[in-house]
Amino acid sequence: MAELMAAGEEPEILFWVGCAGSYDERAQKITRDICKILHHVGIKYAVLGTEESCTGDPAKRAGNEFLFQMQAMTNIEILNAYNIKKIVTGCPHCFNTIKNEYPGLGGTYEVIHHTQLIQDLINEGKLKAEGGESFKGKKITFHDPCYLGRANGVYEAPRKALEVLDAQLVEMKRCKSNGLCCGAGGAQMFKEPEKGNKDINVERIDEALQTNPQVIAAGCPFCMTMLSDGVKLKDKEQEVKVLDIAEITARANGL
Amino acid sequence: MVAQIIFLVLTLAAIALFTINLRKIIRNIRLGKPADRNDQPQKRLMTMLRVAFGQSKMVVRPIPALLHFFVYIGFVIINIEVLEIMIDGIFGTHRIFNGLGGLYNFLIGSFEILALTVWVSCAIFLIRRNILKMKRFTGVEMTTWPKSDANYILITEILLMSAFLLMNAADAKLQALGASHYVQAGAFPVSQFLMDLLPDSESALIAVERGCWWFHIIGILAFLNYLPYSKHFHILFAFPNTYFSNLEPKGEFTNMASVTNEVKAMLDPSFVPAETEPGKFGAKDVTDLTWVNLMNAYTCTECGRCTSVCPANITGKLLSPRKIMMDTRDRITEVGQNIDKHGADHQDGKSLLDDYISREEIWACTSCNACVQACPVNIDPLQIIIDLRRYAVMEESQAPSSINAMMGNIENNQAPWKYSPADRFNWAEGD
Repeated sequence: MAELMAAGEEPEILFWVGCAGSYDERAQKITRDICKILHHVGIKYAVLGTEESCTGDPAKRAGNEFLFQMQAMTNIEILNAYNIKKIVTGCPHCFNTIKNEYPGLGGTYEVIHHTQLIQDLINEGKLKAEGGESFKGKKITFHDPCYLGRANGVYEAPRKALEVLDAQLVEMKRCKSNGLCCGAGGAQMFKEPEKGNKDINVERIDEALQTNPQVIAAGCPFCMTMLSDGVKLKDKEQEVKVLDIAEITARANGL
Repeated sequence: MVAQIIFLVLTLAAIALFTINLRKIIRNIRLGKPADRNDQPQKRLMTMLRVAFGQSKMVVRPIPALLHFFVYIGFVIINIEVLEIMIDGIFGTHRIFNGLGGLYNFLIGSFEILALTVWVSCAIFLIRRNILKMKRFTGVEMTTWPKSDANYILITEILLMSAFLLMNAADAKLQALGASHYVQAGAFPVSQFLMDLLPDSESALIAVERGCWWFHIIGILAFLNYLPYSKHFHILFAFPNTYFSNLEPKGEFTNMASVTNEVKAMLDPSFVPAETEPGKFGAKDVTDLTWVNLMNAYTCTECGRCTSVCPANITGKLLSPRKIMMDTRDRITEVGQNIDKHGADHQDGKSLLDDYISREEIWACTSCNACVQACPVNIDPLQIIIDLRRYAVMEESQAPSSINAMMGNIENNQAPWKYSPADRFNWAEGD
């Protein structure tokens, strides 16, 4: 972003990578695929790079409002300094926080999740599913991230991205507004679960596997970790792939 | 004449007692902190019409939705009959609305059919709770009282409907006998089948008819006064509760203004904070919650839809969103009783956090909003959980150690993991 600014240019959209997308090895791949898609359709975008920092979401859900607002105000200052208008995020938690909780602290932007960007590009005819891996006829089930679905009512965008693949979409019993959490939200990602009789991601994977999918599609780096761990635990890594909507889109377009 | 006086005294006493108890509950709700829920009145009204009147969130589970709809519609419509009972009771008339002619017959006939569907629905509800022992009606919070409460309500409704139908059956038989006072009125599509069960003598029939009439109306007055002590209060509170429910996206948590002031002052030394009332951060007790949270607690009818979709509860953790609401109600009731007994400033040394809701419960939540989505009357247990966490973290620094580590990482590295901020852009070098 700093480079664009120095060149006196403004991006059409800022890609907010997020901590997982920046540091987590698995999520980094998704980050790169989102960049490939942006590049493929010729959108002028920028990232903050080392100027980006945590949105404060896990701190806020854990009850640390101080830390959240410190993070939020620091980020807002940078975003406003760069005169950012539109943001696409690679993570539903960043999406929710910037979209809903930043305006009250002085940061108002048009915020979309990367599945919404993909949906828009498909609707505008700029993005298809051609020239890459064929998902035709493959059984795909989509796991709704809580902070995209229930929290913000976005259910159709990720499904739209899957529909163009001509794949066989199968829904889990608990889907859309009734979707079951992967177990990572509310800062659970960063702690051991409380005592119980099952891990939440295992409960979810059991349900996902009942649909006999070849691909479990995700839209959140935390869900990605939880679902991948679940598939590993069930020893199904060979048969079932857990892929982000961005990865599927990039693959289908040979990016 | 004596009967009329007794009727009037009983009715007025019942209404007075109910008003006193209702006012106490409203006072208790007002012990909560302010929350602005007066914006967008039109959208609020539509939400209330859709969710409370239209029961739109019930349809997710079709069987209980249908049965509940029967009881709901029966309750609302049969109350038109209560209006007639009131007028008859006060003026000593009999079936005063008889003048409506064909319409009256249609109304009474419809009431009878509704009464039967209410009767059957309540019977099925009792079977679901006590014989089928459905999982949703069990759990740590479903102790003796909540279970009995549910059964008392269902049994009372069955008794009231039985009395209504028996009264009509006796009335119809008296009409056939040509008894004086019992004018030809009404249609009896259901109670005609009960007529054979009744005695044939006029005096005995009058005793049954009057007995059922009095039982029905006293039952209704008693039921009205049972509401403030029961989970059944949702029949009234569902309406304001949905009206004042959250209209923002479920993922949006409030930004605490008191914290904003302090953070702004920290980031900019020249910032002069606006006056805010000093207080603690987050909630330790019910009076630290907002009035909306407290109204939620009084509205909860303990149906357990929240708990049955809670990922933590499903996987055997201690957390149950229904328990969060029941604990909140029990505690605010206790606080209210303390005020009545010992005055407004009495401290009993107890609090919602720890004495009712444990740390283990609040830290098991994934903030997934499934409970909020599932509630048919828009109750929000998540807000209470987050407010308790805020107290634990900001007032006591009592978070699980791994959460503290995560927050330490954000403070020092601007990421929840222990990575260097200088490496944040390294992802671009892969592949």
